[in-house]
Amino acid sequence: MGSYIPHTAEQREQMLALIGVKSLDDLYKSVPHDMLIGDKLALPDGMSELEVREKVTAMAEKNKVFKTVLRGAGAYRHFIPAVVKSITSREELVTCYTPYQAEISQGVLQGVFEFQTMICELTGMDVSNASHYDGATAAAETIPMCKDRKRTRAYVSATVNPQVIETMQTYCFASNTELIVVPARDGKTDAEALKQALGADAACFYLQQPNYYGLMEDAAALGEITHAAGAKFVMGVNPIACAVMKTPRECGADIVVADGQPLGLDTNFGGPYLGIMATTNAMTRKLPGRIVGETHDVDGERGYVLTLSAREQHIRREKASSNICSNQALCAFTAGVYMAAMGADGMKQCAKLCISKAHYFASELEKIGCRLKYDGEFFHEFVTEAGADCQKRILDALAAEGILGGQCVDGGILWCVTELVSRETLDRAVAIVKEVL
Amino acid sequence: MKLIFELGAEGRGLSLMPACDVPDFTLSEEREAPLHLPHVSENELTRHYTALCKRVHGVNDGFYPLGSCTMKYNPKIDEDMAALPGFTQLHPLQDVETVQGALEAYHVLGTELSEIFGMDAVTFQPAAGAHGEFTGVMLIKAYHVDRGDTARTKIIVPDSAHGTNPATAAMCGFQVVNIPSGSDGCVDLDALRAAVGPDTAGLMLTNPNTVGIFDKNILEITKIVHEAGGLCYYDGANLNAVMGVVRPGDMGFDCIHSNLHKTFATPHGGGGPGAGAVGCKDFLRKYMPGPLVVEKDGRFDFEYPEKSIGRVKMFYGNFGVVIKALTYVLSLGRQGIPDAAKCAVLNANYMMARLKTKFDMAYDEICMHEFVMSLVRLHDETGCSALDVAKGMLDFGLHPPTMYFPLIVHEALMVEPCETESKELMDEVCDIYLKLYDMAYENPQALHDAPLHTPVRRLDEVAAARSMVLRYQFA
Repeated sequence: MGSYIPHTAEQREQMLALIGVKSLDDLYKSVPHDMLIGDKLALPDGMSELEVREKVTAMAEKNKVFKTVLRGAGAYRHFIPAVVKSITSREELVTCYTPYQAEISQGVLQGVFEFQTMICELTGMDVSNASHYDGATAAAETIPMCKDRKRTRAYVSATVNPQVIETMQTYCFASNTELIVVPARDGKTDAEALKQALGADAACFYLQQPNYYGLMEDAAALGEITHAAGAKFVMGVNPIACAVMKTPRECGADIVVADGQPLGLDTNFGGPYLGIMATTNAMTRKLPGRIVGETHDVDGERGYVLTLSAREQHIRREKASSNICSNQALCAFTAGVYMAAMGADGMKQCAKLCISKAHYFASELEKIGCRLKYDGEFFHEFVTEAGADCQKRILDALAAEGILGGQCVDGGILWCVTELVSRETLDRAVAIVKEVL
Repeated sequence: MKLIFELGAEGRGLSLMPACDVPDFTLSEEREAPLHLPHVSENELTRHYTALCKRVHGVNDGFYPLGSCTMKYNPKIDEDMAALPGFTQLHPLQDVETVQGALEAYHVLGTELSEIFGMDAVTFQPAAGAHGEFTGVMLIKAYHVDRGDTARTKIIVPDSAHGTNPATAAMCGFQVVNIPSGSDGCVDLDALRAAVGPDTAGLMLTNPNTVGIFDKNILEITKIVHEAGGLCYYDGANLNAVMGVVRPGDMGFDCIHSNLHKTFATPHGGGGPGAGAVGCKDFLRKYMPGPLVVEKDGRFDFEYPEKSIGRVKMFYGNFGVVIKALTYVLSLGRQGIPDAAKCAVLNANYMMARLKTKFDMAYDEICMHEFVMSLVRLHDETGCSALDVAKGMLDFGLHPPTMYFPLIVHEALMVEPCETESKELMDEVCDIYLKLYDMAYENPQALHDAPLHTPVRRLDEVAAARSMVLRYQFA
């Protein structure tokens, strides 16, 4: 059996003697005796490290790892520079606690301060927090930031990732908030419908850019409509796309959220990722979660601390802006290392490779008779029309060749192309699809 | 130390992206705002982050007795397993036939944790402890709403609870009823009886509680709440003291969260990622967040519970963290799980016995995995506060205990040594704690001035909150 306990039998006895009890079980005298489970605990026997390695590795080997991934829909396989894992697998970073003792936690605090700065740069916003759980929870937690006594209803576009909408619905059920889904038209948010829907009680409108179908929304115009109704404009963005697209700030966003997974994190079957949250100076105190701020020590040295904690649960309890405590600190640190390694040029190059390759793939698919479901500009995802039978034929044929095809969406396939996929592989994918059309 | 933005030079960088092998495509509208990101060489980058890592105190740097945080040793095999490409390279939306091993991992850990919790179903979707609390309290809400019992608008929380408990109840739309603890730090039964009624949705409780004591009235507590028609939520922050020894389900709790990053040895990452596994009794299963992993004839699949509260995040949870916890639980097994709990309790009681020769204990009785010292007398007599003593520890290379928590104990230092620390190390640490106690009387100024030997000294938190410098400003 595996054990990480250092005590010898003799030491156990010595310690019990000093405490003044006879056995380990005597330490549990306050537990009602009938409640003790004793030897009835129905778990398998413990294992040696060698056996555990074999067992868990066997589980990993039952999974199919696709050499090529043409699926996104909320999780994106990108290139991860070698330095990223080399740095972020260091045991100090991996094992340390939340930096409450700032004097011996400057590394984490400074790394997160740098992350916050990079997120502000990427989004154009004034302030970023130290991260939330993921893009969906970050989206959900923007709603209480915007609500007040008069403005009680939240709005979300139908073109947002359905899992994000679902998470927002759960949080709204929790806080007894009405969440209204604004319909789509031709794959994009219906601006007229938004104008009609927003009333005097509208707190916020949430838009995804690029949207679930990969399309670039007319964010600035939708932001104007939202602001005209007196509501806050919240944008959920793809952080890689932010390197080239009009920034959320330029589109008038009051709050920006994102799933930070594309910034140096593996797709990892859905987690851990990180939620990015950034906002304006005016809304800083409404941000949930940790924020790192700059200060100085008693000798005047620059240093960093967790700050503005009067918003948080450990101080404010039931009046806190959120219940969040642990966030995704190591993932935020990782995103910071990734952005530092890529630099502005690398981020822009990566975004351009994604757009260019996605458009190349779309046009090659069109040449063999696939039809794009929606018109309009897109980033690195797009939808081709396909009925259920056709979806299955295409995806099965690609899977047989080690390619994970796009995600099935209503009446089509949502494809994603990142910088990792070469032209040669895209051509091969097109040839495979052509065979089964 | 310099920020990464203060290093490097324009035009410097890594060579990472290939030339474009397809026709260039550009968006019709691009960002106008400049994008300031670091421009450093790979060498500069690596040195910068290596320097940052030297300014971090990890579990491998030494004793880490943060009460309520369970900073036990994080086994290296767990990291190895979570890094297997057969896990890390999976896309979350792959067909279930291609991820049977991943679903098996969820299923196996879910089954084992159900046994440890004394619950019937487990979800791993919540990303952290507080997120698990949110999920658990939502199960309680869904249960009452489903029965049409909408009058249950209150959640009862003891005043010794973690701040996340009342914050969670408020987030779930409940009114919070704080009840005072008794003089023994446990739930005051009369106060509880007076608080429950037809408006009680439930009770949130940590047991052992936040002062490190197992509430001996636990069956009576859960009975009072149940008889009033409410449900009982177990905050698993302190599960390490009792895992495999006594089960929350047998204490009368209906649902539970457990921080895998505490009890099940997954590392904290400087404040995450963690994972907040949530367990519940069978009658609450239909409200669980979807999807749940189910097994039928050796094949694994997803199932959306009939009356699910919905998702609480994207996909299925912090999978990488779950793999680490799975590896840990498989390693320890039937014998190792309760032995770890018992040794955690042994270590805490050993340190308490040694320290109470000088320090005052908030509750001087056999504790569970942690104990709380109150430095009120020391503070009155020497002027040295719990903060001063904690900062004094830093100069000895020790991470201090949790300070000023729980709120019901003044000048609190809460010590949780964990089962993975040796007697020799605890003896050394106790010697240092006792020496600091003496220092408070002999040379209090030295403690007010501490720390002296850390990368930075005491930081001005008030200035940070006032000046609100939350990012670097580029020239």
